[in-house]
Amino acid sequence: MADGGWISRWPVIRQLKGEDGRRDAARSARTDALRPRTEEADTVARSVCPYCAVGCGQLVYVKDGKVSQIEGDPDSPISRGRLCPKGSASKQLVTHPGRQTQVLYRRPYGTEWERLDLETAMDMIADRVVRTRRETWQETHEGKEVRRTLGIASLGGATLDNEENYLMKKLYTALGAIQVENQARI
Amino acid sequence: MAERMGFFTDSSVCIGCKACEVACKEWNGVPDDGFVFRATSYDNTGQLGADTWRHVAFIEQDDRWLMSSDVCKHCTHAACLDVCPTGALFRTEFDTVVVQADICNGCGYCVPACPYGVIDRRERDGRAWKCTMCYDRQLGGLEPACAKACPTDSIQFGPLDELRARAEARLERLHADGVAEARLYGDSPGDGVGGTGAFFLLLDEPEIYGLPPDPVVTTRDLPEMWWWAGGAAVTLVGAVAACFLGSRR
Amino acid sequence: MAECHPVGFQWVMEARLRGAKVFHIDPRFSRTSAVADRYLPIRAGSDIVLLGALINHVLSNELYFREYVLAYTNAATLVSKRFQDTEDLDGLFSGFDPESHRYDPSSWAYEGDEESEAETDEMREGGGQHAEAAGSDSYGARGAGASARPPSDPTLRHPRCVLQILKRHFARYTPEMVAELCGIPPEDFAELAEAITANSGRERTTAWVYSVGWTQHSVGAQYIRASAILQLLLGNMGRPGGGIMALRGHASIQGSTDIPTLFNLLPGYIAMPHAHRHEDLAHYLEMEGADTGYWGNRRSYLVSLLKSWWGDAATEDNDFCFGYLPRLTGDHGHYATVMGQIDGTVKGYFVIGENPAVGSANGKAQRLGLANLEWLVVRDLTLVETATFWKDGPELETGELRTGDIATEVFFLPAASHVEKEGTFTNTQRLLQWREKALDPPGECRSDLWFYYHLGKRIRRRLGDDEIDRPAIELTWDYPEEGEHREPSAEAVLREINGTGPDGRALSSYRELAPDGSTRCGCWIYCGVYADEVNQAARREPGSRQSWVAPEWGWAWPANRRILYNRASADPEGRPWSERKAYIWWDAEKGEWTGHDVPDFDLRKPPDYEPPDGARAEAALAGTDPFIMQSDGKGWLYVPSGLSDGPLPTHYEPHESPVLNTLYARQSNPARRTYDRPENPYNPPGSARFPYVFTTSRLTEHHTAGAMSRSLAYLAELQPELFCEVSPQLAAEVGLVNGGWATIVTSRTAIEARVLVTDRVRPLRVQRQIIHQVVMPYHWGYGGGGLVTGDIVNDLLPVVLDPNVYIQESKACTCAVLPGRRPRGQALLDLIEEYRHG
Repeated sequence: MADGGWISRWPVIRQLKGEDGRRDAARSARTDALRPRTEEADTVARSVCPYCAVGCGQLVYVKDGKVSQIEGDPDSPISRGRLCPKGSASKQLVTHPGRQTQVLYRRPYGTEWERLDLETAMDMIADRVVRTRRETWQETHEGKEVRRTLGIASLGGATLDNEENYLMKKLYTALGAIQVENQARI
Repeated sequence: MAERMGFFTDSSVCIGCKACEVACKEWNGVPDDGFVFRATSYDNTGQLGADTWRHVAFIEQDDRWLMSSDVCKHCTHAACLDVCPTGALFRTEFDTVVVQADICNGCGYCVPACPYGVIDRRERDGRAWKCTMCYDRQLGGLEPACAKACPTDSIQFGPLDELRARAEARLERLHADGVAEARLYGDSPGDGVGGTGAFFLLLDEPEIYGLPPDPVVTTRDLPEMWWWAGGAAVTLVGAVAACFLGSRR
Repeated sequence: MAECHPVGFQWVMEARLRGAKVFHIDPRFSRTSAVADRYLPIRAGSDIVLLGALINHVLSNELYFREYVLAYTNAATLVSKRFQDTEDLDGLFSGFDPESHRYDPSSWAYEGDEESEAETDEMREGGGQHAEAAGSDSYGARGAGASARPPSDPTLRHPRCVLQILKRHFARYTPEMVAELCGIPPEDFAELAEAITANSGRERTTAWVYSVGWTQHSVGAQYIRASAILQLLLGNMGRPGGGIMALRGHASIQGSTDIPTLFNLLPGYIAMPHAHRHEDLAHYLEMEGADTGYWGNRRSYLVSLLKSWWGDAATEDNDFCFGYLPRLTGDHGHYATVMGQIDGTVKGYFVIGENPAVGSANGKAQRLGLANLEWLVVRDLTLVETATFWKDGPELETGELRTGDIATEVFFLPAASHVEKEGTFTNTQRLLQWREKALDPPGECRSDLWFYYHLGKRIRRRLGDDEIDRPAIELTWDYPEEGEHREPSAEAVLREINGTGPDGRALSSYRELAPDGSTRCGCWIYCGVYADEVNQAARREPGSRQSWVAPEWGWAWPANRRILYNRASADPEGRPWSERKAYIWWDAEKGEWTGHDVPDFDLRKPPDYEPPDGARAEAALAGTDPFIMQSDGKGWLYVPSGLSDGPLPTHYEPHESPVLNTLYARQSNPARRTYDRPENPYNPPGSARFPYVFTTSRLTEHHTAGAMSRSLAYLAELQPELFCEVSPQLAAEVGLVNGGWATIVTSRTAIEARVLVTDRVRPLRVQRQIIHQVVMPYHWGYGGGGLVTGDIVNDLLPVVLDPNVYIQESKACTCAVLPGRRPRGQALLDLIEEYRHG
């Protein structure tokens, strides 16, 4: 900012001083201070768009613990920094107000959601898996050994990471759950 | 001053994806424009306005589906800037035209002044808004968000002279390929706004895309008017002075 | 592709600028059509007629790439005398059992293979059982006893050689049939046929790109097969600019099949064991595929997997815990699961980042299933309809369900987004890309990795020393925990997937895997992603600083190869087919294969290598056999085993179609799977009540069932309402007005949508009648945290499945269209009833 206080920045003064009234003389202090907010990011993570399977590179800028911008990664030989409207909306995807951040529980025959803390929910789910597995265990089927349960099923989306799919399949298989499916089929 | 920077929007490679609309909003924090099904092809944002700074037009013809991303033209002779009484609108070192939200008082003079109907007041805050060609990004050496996102490079950003040369070459190629109706729009410094900083390659008449065929800066006669106004003011001052002088006698 | 994969489409636009010609064949005139050189509207469900006619055109005009076809495909191979074609049986292949609607595929075998197959009843049973368990994937090998060198006729004249069988089979697929069944006029067909043949051969290649418009049919797998035949005949496989590209709609659909959360597969396309087919490990390995080609090493792949899961507990003496794997007995796919929910056999259900209440065919059946569960766990970013069906599902409005009567206990757990966790996607080009974590997830949001790891720990704590608990107790389940949430290390999981050697170090290649239990590997095709103890998927060498193949960005399976079967990019002697299309070639001086990519071949196997007698696995394949996963190293024009509905693609009409199949007496795929249940009524074939073709689509502005787009203002405003696109002719016929409302009716339900009347939708002339097609995007639902809502398009669809892969036929059925909005409540049920029964 120029010296001389706010009065010296008053456009009329600056115009009288000979600056072009429609160019520099009109600039506000805020305008003078403008920079791309990506320059202020604390961290930049190299990510990949979560929508379709093209695999466009994304740069995720974080400032003060919040995502401040997501845009294309120009280094990517796949996307060359470009993104479609969905990819371009990724910041909204991860920050929009409709995102749920709390565990919710609906008891049998219940009419409303209730709050449940995460630890309790995890314990309750584990209890149900163990119980249902025992109740529905099949050692044999039509005289053949099957060692499985048809009582527990799973359907995953195809935005799951490979590591996540791997743990899912590994755990379900060890528990004998076979109806493990994914968007990849449907 | 830096080089004049601009947009060249080549509608012949536009796929109508609207990445430009979204990338613009994400970067500039532009609010949504309402959720209205317009039944006009795939266009549901309607036109440029305070809450839509890039707008993709969809034109359905017999066997063609034309798409083109519209934006503020950043005119050489910008009437919005001419009429702004507060200095909120100004011309940047990149020769683009930008509204400063912290100065704009919402008087709205700029709105009817724009020959393209681009600049617009936002209902909820009363101020005028439009494309800044991502002035803040440019200050950091980045290209505007829309141009960066555009999957097919239909929106190109760069020094205006380079873009004009590129556009000429593209036009020649299209003409050679038999696309006779292809034309540039806004590239000529001789037009009614002195040429635009954002210009287009269109595949049909500009009116088809909702663009005025022959835009004229609405303040074209302003200098002359200022002259006359100035003359009148001098005369007035002279008359008033004469009165005072006369009264002293 | 422009519509659904816009950023990928930049390369098509660039190719166009360099002179490539782009044809777009689609029932819908989309944004892709707008920028293609030629758009060919086609009747949904008729693509095999078009592809078959192209094959016929290539064969009958001798336009195939003869050297390529002779050396690299099974064109010359002789097929069993017992094989009978659809030509002989008017639409059926030999081996069909009309009782079970299943094929016994043994008569489709190559000559010489069939005796060994016919010998064992067990094997025949296996055929049927295999057909029931969607187990085609690992059948690139032809099964026990198949030889790598079946009898052949290099002159291609033997009446039972594959090429002659193909010629006879496709002879009836003519341009006239294309006009009659697809609605594509002969002159347009001629232009397409000319373009693909002129742009194939030594100097040029043609690529085909498809998406779910090809897979979601009751003959879906055969659509892809038809394309494969065409591309093999034209020499377009394994070469730059060629291939058949599946464009997946979700970030890691590819990864979700490679490391499958699919009922019939273990990681790396290893079949889940079947109760009737597989007793123990030795028996399983004997039954599952041939000993030649790379599947010949399957013991190494499977034993390494078992070792990575059960660690030291898996020993040679206990079959490496093979017995811990649960056994299949049939179809346990998604739709079978839903029927199991309705029938009460499925009690608990996990839905992870998925929304079947909106995204799956016959949504009502999906929701009735959910309403009959004991417990349901939903993990997602927003409250998707699958989590809230008990509160706001459409069955509440009609009175079919009442909130207070629904016993399902529902847990909703918020998920971490893609920037709040690290891990790999496998994108559509088989490329693994590692995502760095940008920040911690908010509130109680957690990654699915966290959820399963900690759930597993809790479950294990609750198990005892019961014999049935041992597989879970002995499971290797120790991963380093990081941060305050105790997030398991995704890199540690990726390293386990990669595998380790006897020294505990990360393996570099699947070639290092051993059959004796000395190596561990969670997914053999991913072996090498952690080579040299480096996360290769995290590599980010800028594209501008490397070759056009960009091998140092991410990591492609297998072995970082970017084009599969790229040995075929060189001629049999190992020289590039042309300089222009040079990709991989034999360097005689160095004695190895080299080029722009990682050779998809044994590096030092010379082009003139001839396998010795009794050779196994890759050693059994010659230096001219590029298709190394196949037991004979050839590209299969004809599929002797592994498919459930025939060795060759055959046009069958969709289960619901307004058109008669004039090619055969069989109207629809005789082996298709139907669910004849009250929840899943079908429109009667040829019914005048349902005169229009119905198909679904996607929009650029939305994502699948909408959970990741409807809740975003910037996307929702771009396409705020469900609409149906109709031609001016159909609008006039029905009385629809642009911007008004239409009601679309099938036997499942009726939904309402806004009307978009457009010339882009073109009525087709098919069998001397005008066929109208109704195209609808399916992104809307009743809630889901969406800023915009709408009726569920998938509720209109029936459940009819492809018999190979159990994918539903959602791209072609029939419907009726009425002007105005749909009735509400009981009146809606009455309307459906009226339409069902006339």
